[in-house]
Order: sequence, then structure tokens, then C-alpha cells
Amino acid sequence: MSSAFTPEMWRSIFPEIGLLILAIVLLVFDLIWLKQPQMRARWLGWMTSIGIVLIMGISAGISMPQGQGSVEWGGMLRFDAAGFVFRMIFMSAAALTALFASQFEALKKRGEFYALLLISTLGMNLMASAADLILLFLAIETTSLPLYVMAGFLTRDDRSVEAGIKYFLFGAITSAVMLYGFSLIYGLTGTTQIYELRSAFQAGNLPVGLAELVIVLVLVGFGFKISAAPFHFWAPDVYSGAPTPVAGFLSTASKAAGFAVLLRVLQIAFAGQGSLWTVLIAVLATASMLIGNYLALAQRSIKRLLAYSSIAHAGYILIGVAADSELGTLSVIYYLIAYLVTNLAAFGIVNLIESRVGSDEISALAGLNRRSAGLGLAMLAALLSLGGIPPFAGFFAKLLVFAAAVERGLIWLVLVGVFNAVVGLYYYLNVLKVIYLHPPVEEKEVFPPTPAWRIALWVCLAGILLIGFWFAPWYSLAQAATSAIWIY
Amino acid sequence: MIFGLHPLLLVTFLPLIGFFIILFLKAEQKNAIRWTALLTSLATFGVSLAMLALFDPARGDLQLVYRTSWLRVGGISIDFYLGVDGLSILLVMLTTFLTPIAILSTWSAVEERVKGFMAFFLLLETGMIGVFLALDLVLFYIFWEFTLVPMYFLIGVWGGERRVYAAVKFFLFTMFGSLLMLLAILVMGLQVGSFAWNDLLAQRQLFAQTQLWLFLAFALAFAIKVPMFPLHTWLPDAHVEAPTAGSVILAGVLLKMGGYGFLRFNLPLFPEASLQAAPYMAVLAVIGILYGAAVSLMQKDVKKLVAYSSVSHLGFVMLGIFALTQQGLAGGVLQMINHGLSTGALFLIVGMLYERRHTREMSAYGGIWKVMPILGALTLIVMLSSAGLPGLNGFVGEFTILLGAFGSQVLNSPYFAGAATIGVILAAVYLLVMFERVFLGPVRVEANLSLKDLNAREVITLVPLLVLIFWIGLYPAPFFNLINPSVERLVSLVQGAAMLAIH
Repeated sequence: MSSAFTPEMWRSIFPEIGLLILAIVLLVFDLIWLKQPQMRARWLGWMTSIGIVLIMGISAGISMPQGQGSVEWGGMLRFDAAGFVFRMIFMSAAALTALFASQFEALKKRGEFYALLLISTLGMNLMASAADLILLFLAIETTSLPLYVMAGFLTRDDRSVEAGIKYFLFGAITSAVMLYGFSLIYGLTGTTQIYELRSAFQAGNLPVGLAELVIVLVLVGFGFKISAAPFHFWAPDVYSGAPTPVAGFLSTASKAAGFAVLLRVLQIAFAGQGSLWTVLIAVLATASMLIGNYLALAQRSIKRLLAYSSIAHAGYILIGVAADSELGTLSVIYYLIAYLVTNLAAFGIVNLIESRVGSDEISALAGLNRRSAGLGLAMLAALLSLGGIPPFAGFFAKLLVFAAAVERGLIWLVLVGVFNAVVGLYYYLNVLKVIYLHPPVEEKEVFPPTPAWRIALWVCLAGILLIGFWFAPWYSLAQAATSAIWIY
Repeated sequence: MIFGLHPLLLVTFLPLIGFFIILFLKAEQKNAIRWTALLTSLATFGVSLAMLALFDPARGDLQLVYRTSWLRVGGISIDFYLGVDGLSILLVMLTTFLTPIAILSTWSAVEERVKGFMAFFLLLETGMIGVFLALDLVLFYIFWEFTLVPMYFLIGVWGGERRVYAAVKFFLFTMFGSLLMLLAILVMGLQVGSFAWNDLLAQRQLFAQTQLWLFLAFALAFAIKVPMFPLHTWLPDAHVEAPTAGSVILAGVLLKMGGYGFLRFNLPLFPEASLQAAPYMAVLAVIGILYGAAVSLMQKDVKKLVAYSSVSHLGFVMLGIFALTQQGLAGGVLQMINHGLSTGALFLIVGMLYERRHTREMSAYGGIWKVMPILGALTLIVMLSSAGLPGLNGFVGEFTILLGAFGSQVLNSPYFAGAATIGVILAAVYLLVMFERVFLGPVRVEANLSLKDLNAREVITLVPLLVLIFWIGLYPAPFFNLINPSVERLVSLVQGAAMLAIH
């Protein structure tokens, strides 16, 4: 590695530079030009979102990695297709969240909220391309710290504050455990480079049981990020307490970031220990599906229901990780893309209902289709996609995940997944039942959502449908990312 | 080619065009919506007639094949693959034939939320036709699941009092079976490297070792749909709560998807397992025949009676299929059509009564013939067709099935057919008793005196069904000509496997 800067180095972090500049611009605008709260409410979301889309467009033009990818910044960053695809996922989630946030009273006038969103996205981008454990840890913290603040953003609302503190405490503890794991790795192998760890582990000379211990410790940290059981306890309280757009962001982008790291570290650094961690992951998957789905059955708040459902979905996605195959990795990425649009749409609608009815009980959705047929249909698409019914995105994602496990002979795991999918469908149907079959609680009501919210929902719905039956572009994205991770 | 489009594509997706037109109509324009739905479904029927004209009945293989690659998953191609043969063509025709009739029957029955009703109905039609035409297993599964959603809403929104319970039960029962089928599809597809039906057929020795498990996974999904005893418990709930048009389609077409699945997938793909399982399946079929008939005898609610009679009639279909003889299979296919016609007509009649009196209790009727002679006469014919009177369609189907079951070497016992014959007698009993209680005798309830007889629209909905009931009853040869070549292929395939199993 040379000490001089090469264009490749700048290209490899262009999106992050862009996000940082955008965050600064936003803060300056917020301070200087946008004096009126109405002005801020109207423009901040749009600025954030359009800015991110611009960055995405330029990145696709100039910082699309070619071929196998390379290691930049002194071995800190991996510049490859996997990083690129995951960046696109995070930034899309952030752009949509910024638009959805414009429907949330307490967020839409606050420039610092949008800045935090951008910084957190920046951290995720680095998580997805980190090639060194130290950068990885810093990236995870860069992601998490803004998220803690965002979860507790409503300082007048006890539940939000509680959510922020709970999220922070859980995050801090699991980060500490994970860091301990990292330190053991360094102690054992003398390197923090993810791409060198594999050979270091394979060289052997490790004390018996330590590799296992390291993997378990690291999984604690990643399990927290993806909200897999048994590291899920924070999720229901945080999702229901945090501002709804933040909950949507946590359940999609933050989860995807966790999986990005999980895939890279397991498939690259621990490629030799596959037989060990596939079992662990399969156990985590089973536990997440069971706990998520069965606890979701008892929920009365739609946000808590979506929280438990998101734990269950972490379980389904983990099936793909447990397959430890190219198809498995591909299915994970496809699932994350499908889940992103689906869950953001669901949280977006909940956000709107909450702002109108003032309640996040499932019963607040009663007769939604009579109050607004379009919203009813949108929620139908989102919930059925979560339930894995064709022709919506979630179906094909589940198909791929199950196919990956079948290919590797993990029939029992697919059986668990199948039974859980039926349970999951039951509670999604229950919500649909309330929307379509229960009489509305109050009189006919019109929903005038903001244009920003409307556009974000349309984008999500288009995604749910397109990812459901026009597979090719998403599939080839996932394929590109997969081949970048599967270089061994 | 029709208008430059492949006929199978056109017949599958034409209803979807009507669906989109309806989406853009205002909810208040009820008549425009109804006409759009009716005309779309009639046009679909027209296209299916064109498909029938292009179909060569002498060939038993797949025809009018449309195949294009959809996606490659891990090196395996998932195709958009449609085709039709003697097993499916009549079922497609039945679907396109019953849909306009069902839509016409809702003209005055559905007044609330017409837009949603018609939209879901057309979606459902696309799904059903797709199920019968799809030859890629993933595509088949997509269509299969796709039919659940509109049906869930048709029952759940426009149904009777316990509609929500019935809709959820219907959805979960079917879903449970089909997810295991999805697992089996994945296992087979990944082993063979293709999800296309004929590729799987050609290389079925690859999964021959595990075929009993695969057979069971598929059979569970299809047996729930048929429904076979003891998986039938969702059916009476769904039928009783569904609106009339929903019941017609549910009984007429959706249940046939199960029987069709056995014919298309279970028998040819897992012939050894089919031979092994045939006696057990036949036992369940016979139990279904007798149980359904016995429960029908006890019903006080007309619609429930017709619903349980479906369990009994579909038992015959399953008996025919698992007799694994030429006659049994051909009779099974024809009986599926017959059941769609007769039971569809019975549900229409129940709906017409219900629309007038808002009750389905038999005790609320009596002597209806005196007030409504047209309905009485039409019902008599339909009822006799369902009871299997010679000269009407039900007889042809049941007789062929019984012949097939008697001559079956796989079942190798006359008791199956013998016990099933009792079912025929019981069917005559419960249907005649029903007819007697509702239509004959004096008019016992005063409210019945002022009932209006059928109007022209209602007569039009029933007459096409009656024409076919007579046609199949008197001259079934054209129908068997369509069915037989494909059935012969299927039988020789299964028999071939049997020979191999013996040697």
C-alpha cells in the first residue's frame, strides 16, 4: 500500500463524503435560512431525501467498484460490489425515512434529526465495507450513537426517552461483549484485518475452544443489531417508544447493516469455522422465529406487533445465513431489499394513522379501508408481503431463503420456517381482518398526508410489487454483492 | 395466436385487464362496474372457446405451450411456462364458464361495495386459470397462493355472520398445506435443476428415493383443498358463510384445484408412491363419500346440506383418481366438471331462495313449487343431476368411476366401489328429502305465499348450466374424447412404474 492518495481511495468513500457534506449543509440551512418552523417542516425532509438520491446517483456513476474489489485506506476499507449494494440499501432506507418523517409533527421541523439520520447512514455505509475490525467497531458506534438519540428524540414523551435509554444500555453492553471478542481475535492472531483472519485462523495454533468463544462473543454484538433472539429484548420497547419513522428505519436499515457485517465477517474471517457457526446461526434463527412469531400473536399495539414480526423476520433471514452458500448469501440480500420496502411501507402507514387517530393500538386501524380505500390496499400489500404471499416481494424472498436451506440439506430448518410462516400469517391476517372486516371506530375520515409521505409510500408500494414479480434487476444486484463476498 | 397474443396468456390475463378497468371506475358507478366484470368474463370465456378450437383432442400431450425464461436462481431456471392438455382443458373451460354466471348471479345480491367484489372476483379468475395452466412448479405455486387472497376477502367481507372466522380458517388451512408443498417443490427442483413439470417428469428417478415424503407433502396440500376426509372441516364453514357467487366458484372451481393437483403432479411425478398410497387414499375417499352423505342427511340448513354433499361427491372424484385405471381417472375428471355444474347450480338456487326469504332453514320453506313453478322445475332437474339419475350428467361420471374402481387392480377389492354405491343411494335420499321439504307439500309459511318467481336474469344464469347437464348426460362422448388421450398417457405412466416395481 502506498502512502499517496489514489483516485480509487476517494471513489471508495465518495458516498460517505457526500453524506457528511449533506449533513453539514442541512445543519447550516436549519440555522441560517430556514427560520420559520413551517419552512423547515416543508423543506428539510425533501432536502435530505433529494440529497441522498443525488449521492446515490453519482455513486452509481463514479464509485461503482469493478471486478473482485480492492482494499483501500491502508487495509481499512473493502471497495467491492457488496459494499456498494448495501450502501444503496441503507441510503434508500434513509431517503424514504426522511420523507416519511415529514408526516411526524415532532420530527419534521428539527434539522438535527435529519443530520443524525445522515450520520447514522454514514456509519452503516462504513459497516458494510469495513475490512478491519477497528474500523468496523467505529462504524458500528457511528451508526448506533445517532440511533440512540433518534430513538429517544421525543424528550417530552417518557416512552421515547425510555426507548432511547433502553436501546443505549443494550447497545453498550453488547458492543462491549463484541469488543471483547475483537480483542481476543487480535490477541490470538495478531491482526485485525478481516481478510487476513481467515488464513490466521486456518494456520491453527489456537487454544481449543477459543475460536468458538470468539465467534459466540462476536455474534452477541451482531445479534443485537439484527434483533435476533435472544438479543431481541430491546426491540419491542424501542420500536413502540421511538418515533415511528425511526422505528421503521431501525427495523430495516439498521437490521440490514447488521446482516452486512454478519455476512462479511462469517464468510470471510470465519470461513474455516463454517461447521461451527452454521449451527449457532440455525439455533438463533429458530429461536428468533419462534419467539418473534409467538409473542406477536398476543400484541395489541401494531408497533409492538411489527417489532416482534421484525424479530421473526430476522429469523427467516438467518436461515439464509445458516445455509452458508452462495445462494444463501444471495437470498439474505434479496430478503433485505424486499423487507426494506415492505416494512417501511407498513411503518409509514402506522405513522400516518397514529398522527390522525393518536393511538397505535391495532383497533385504531378498524375499518381503515372504508376511511381510505387506498390506504387499506397499501396496508394489504405490505402485510401480505410480510406474510410471504405472492405476488408480493416477501414471497420470492422467502422462497429464496428456503431454497438456499433446502440446497444445503437443512430441511428441518425450513420446516421450522414453514410452520412459523403460517403462524406469522395468522397475525398479519388478524390485522387485515381489523382493517377490512371491522366497522370503523369513528366517522368517515379523510387523510390528507403530506406529498412527501405520499411519494415515499408510492415508492415502497412499487417496490413491493416490482420485487415480487420483476425479479431480474434486484436479483442481479444481490448476485453482484454475493460474488463479492464469496471470493474464496 | 389471437390478436398477436398467445391464447393461453390471453385467457389467463384478460380478467386482470377488467380488474384494472374496475379500479379506475368510481365506487358509485355500480352498473358500469358490474357490466365491466361481466363483459370481461364473457370475453375470457370467448377466448377459452378459441383455445378449445386450437386444441387437438387426438393428442394426449401438452399443447399450446408458452414458455419463456423468467429468472435463474442459482443456475436453475424458473420459467413462465403455460400449457394445456386433456386433464386441464375442461377445468379451464369450467372456470371461464362459471365465472360470468357467478357474476350475473350477484347482480342484485351484492349491493354493498360492488367495486371491491368485482375486482376480487376477476383477480380470482386469473388465479384459478393460472393454476390449471401453469407447468412450472414455482409459477403454479404462485397462482395457487394467489387465489387465496381474493377468496379470503370474498368470504370475509361479503359473507354471512361468522364470515371472519370462516375466512381465516379457510386461509390458514390452505396455507398450512401449501407451504409444505413449497418445501417439496424446492427439494425436487434443486435436485433436478429445473422447476418445469416435464423436466421433473423426465428425471424423476433423481428424487425417486424420497418420493413418498414428496407425495405426502403434495397430497396434504391437495387433500386439504379437495377436501378429503378428515381435512374437510374448513369447507362447511367457508361455504355457509360465503356469498352465493363465492360458493359457486369455491365449489365449482377452487375445490377442483385439489383434484387437478393430484392428477397433474402426484400421479405422474411419484407413481410408485401413488401405487403405495392408493388403497389408503381410496379408503379416505370412501369414508368421505359416506360421511359427507350421512352428515348431509342430518342438516336443517339447505346450504350446509349442499356443502356436505360436496364432501361426498368429491370423495367419488378421489376414488376415481386413486383407482388408477383409465375409466376411474376419466370418470374422475368428468365428475369434477359435473360437480362444478350441479353443485354450482344448487348453490345458485339456494342463493335465489335466500335473496327472497333471508333464511336457509328448510323448515321456513315448503310448497315453494306452488309459488315458484319455474324455480321448482329447474331445481328438480339440478337435484336429479346431483343425485345421479341416468340421462343426466352426474350418472355418467359416477358410473364411470364405479366401473373404474371395480376393475381396479391397484385397489383389488370390490368393497371400495360397493361402499361407494351406498353413497349414491344416500345422495338420492338427502337430495329428495331436501326437495320434498322445500318445494313440495302445502305452503306452510305465510311469507312464502308472496314470493316472486325467477326473473329473466335468474333464468339466464341457470339455463346454460342445465344445457350442459343434459348434454353430458345424454352424449358425453365429446367430453371423454377431450379427456381420454391424456388419461391414457397418465395411466400407462403409472402402470409402467407398477411393472417396474414388480420386476
